[in-house]
Amino acid sequence: MQLAKLPFKNALRHKLRTGLTILGITVAILAFGLLRTVVQAWYSGVEGASATRLVTRNAISLIFPLPLSYREKIRQVQGVTSVSYGQWFGGVYITEKNFFPNFAVEAKSYLELYPEFVLPEGERKAFVLDRKACVAGRKVAERFGWKIGDTIVLKGTIFPGDWELVLKGIYSGAQKTTDETQFFFHWDYVNESIRKTMPGMADMVGFYLIGVRDPGQATEVAVAVDSLFKNSLAETLTETERAFQLSFVTMTEAIVAVIQAVSFIIIFIIMAVTANTMAMTARERIGEYAVMKTLGFGGRQIAALVFGESLFISLTGCAIGIALTYPAAAWFGDAMGAFLPVFNVARSTLYMDIAAALVVGLVAAAFPAWRAVTVKIADGLRRIG
Amino acid sequence: MANNKPPIVVIRNLSKSYTRGIQVVRVLEDISLDIADGEFLALMGPSGSGKSTLLNLVAGIDTADSGRVTVGGVDISGLTETGLARWRALHVGFIFQFYNLIPVLSAFENVELPLLLTGLSRKERHEHVGAALGIVNLGDRMDHYPSELSGGQQQRVAIARALVTDPTILVADEPTGDLDRVSAEDILGLMTRLNCEFGKTIVMVTHDPRAADKAHIVRHLEKGVLDATGKAPL
Repeated sequence: MQLAKLPFKNALRHKLRTGLTILGITVAILAFGLLRTVVQAWYSGVEGASATRLVTRNAISLIFPLPLSYREKIRQVQGVTSVSYGQWFGGVYITEKNFFPNFAVEAKSYLELYPEFVLPEGERKAFVLDRKACVAGRKVAERFGWKIGDTIVLKGTIFPGDWELVLKGIYSGAQKTTDETQFFFHWDYVNESIRKTMPGMADMVGFYLIGVRDPGQATEVAVAVDSLFKNSLAETLTETERAFQLSFVTMTEAIVAVIQAVSFIIIFIIMAVTANTMAMTARERIGEYAVMKTLGFGGRQIAALVFGESLFISLTGCAIGIALTYPAAAWFGDAMGAFLPVFNVARSTLYMDIAAALVVGLVAAAFPAWRAVTVKIADGLRRIG
Repeated sequence: MANNKPPIVVIRNLSKSYTRGIQVVRVLEDISLDIADGEFLALMGPSGSGKSTLLNLVAGIDTADSGRVTVGGVDISGLTETGLARWRALHVGFIFQFYNLIPVLSAFENVELPLLLTGLSRKERHEHVGAALGIVNLGDRMDHYPSELSGGQQQRVAIARALVTDPTILVADEPTGDLDRVSAEDILGLMTRLNCEFGKTIVMVTHDPRAADKAHIVRHLEKGVLDATGKAPL
């Protein structure tokens, strides 16, 4: 028998108590992992942002448009490699419950600026050439069972009417962090119609996307772009894509902070539960520890037994919790895909799970181990009988 | 069977007291005692007379207020707690009243436990455990757990555990106190055998005159004071 086996045997003495404690840790780790993933999903747009892309919008607010004529002026700014533009379309597919982000964009330049949207060459060409064509992300296509060639009708909310589009491409993300829930089609198609129905709104875009040669010059380029339109009727605000995405997250920062706090509170609660289990365990076995000390076992070995048992319980719960986090996250991601498009369990979350389980195991065992180590043999032996 | 061998345990001017609240209870007062190598000594006395405390001091599981305990030439009074733990692992076999086996370990694993503190290989440990369980006639029960053994069998496993490191002395605190008469006789017979056949020095605390009868020397403690001279067994 190796001494290392004793913590396992000890842990299985009270199977129900140990089982319930492991179950508690499993649930806590699962909840912690999911909440951390929610927080990360919240920031996924920020994480997925490219350092070589800038976003230019109306300085007053994103809801105010910018003239299409700005495009050529922006293109001439030193350091700019390409310019694209688009408009939040806000269309509804059948019912409002079927929400997914949809944009009218300048097709060719948009795809050039987003190389992470991986589209087969044939589909790319078909999309660019057909004014009524659209492209959907893999997740949104799977969600509605769309296939290439399907006609998709969006009900316009900002731009009234039924907008008939033909699905010409389905893109996949180049990275795990790429949003695969987007839907985009030709800005020209929308603009053409607006020109007839709302001429005052024609030739206006919601935002410009600017490709820069050197990420290190992003700030200079942004300043240069904004200075071009200073004191104009539509002043611009240019920022990195990351800062642009972050501005959305900042609006909901309080919610994210609460989620983060709750995730740590869960760990604290389970730490208290595990500490209670270990305290009961050590109290029951104080006589046995005294016997082992009588046999010559030292304080370190006794402490190792208590810590070993506690860590066995917490890490078992952690392993099961991590194993369950993946299917739970997949289910949660599918259910919340429209709002949290990138819902992947990050490796850092797993490390935090393991770290949390280690902290729970060590902290829970600290006091019981101290008691077991410091109890006088004679006092411990008196507990027996 | 008293012997003329040099003392293996030398106790000099040993005193011990406990504090209960503001009251100081003197448990042992100026005890001096020699125990010869291969001796079988019984310590008797009423409850609270200090006999278990004296046994604990000899076994190095408690420390005295003053005085000296030397076992096998080692002054254990001067050892640190860690030093005492190491010393106990090699030199003392302890037999408890309630056997105190670890319930999740088999008889074999319980006996093997003290050997985990030695540098013996797995094979050597198996040989030692097999021999110890053979001595106590439990070679066929080595895979049994304590709950599957009778009280007498559990105490025999405990004796094998005390014996397995071949310690300098065996100390037994009421080894028959929790056993029926037949099992008690069996255990006492085994202890006598250990003393006679294997030359083990045994210090036993007991209330039981029949147990004391097996010892070569019986010493009585009364209110922490040892009787003037050793008496022959009752």
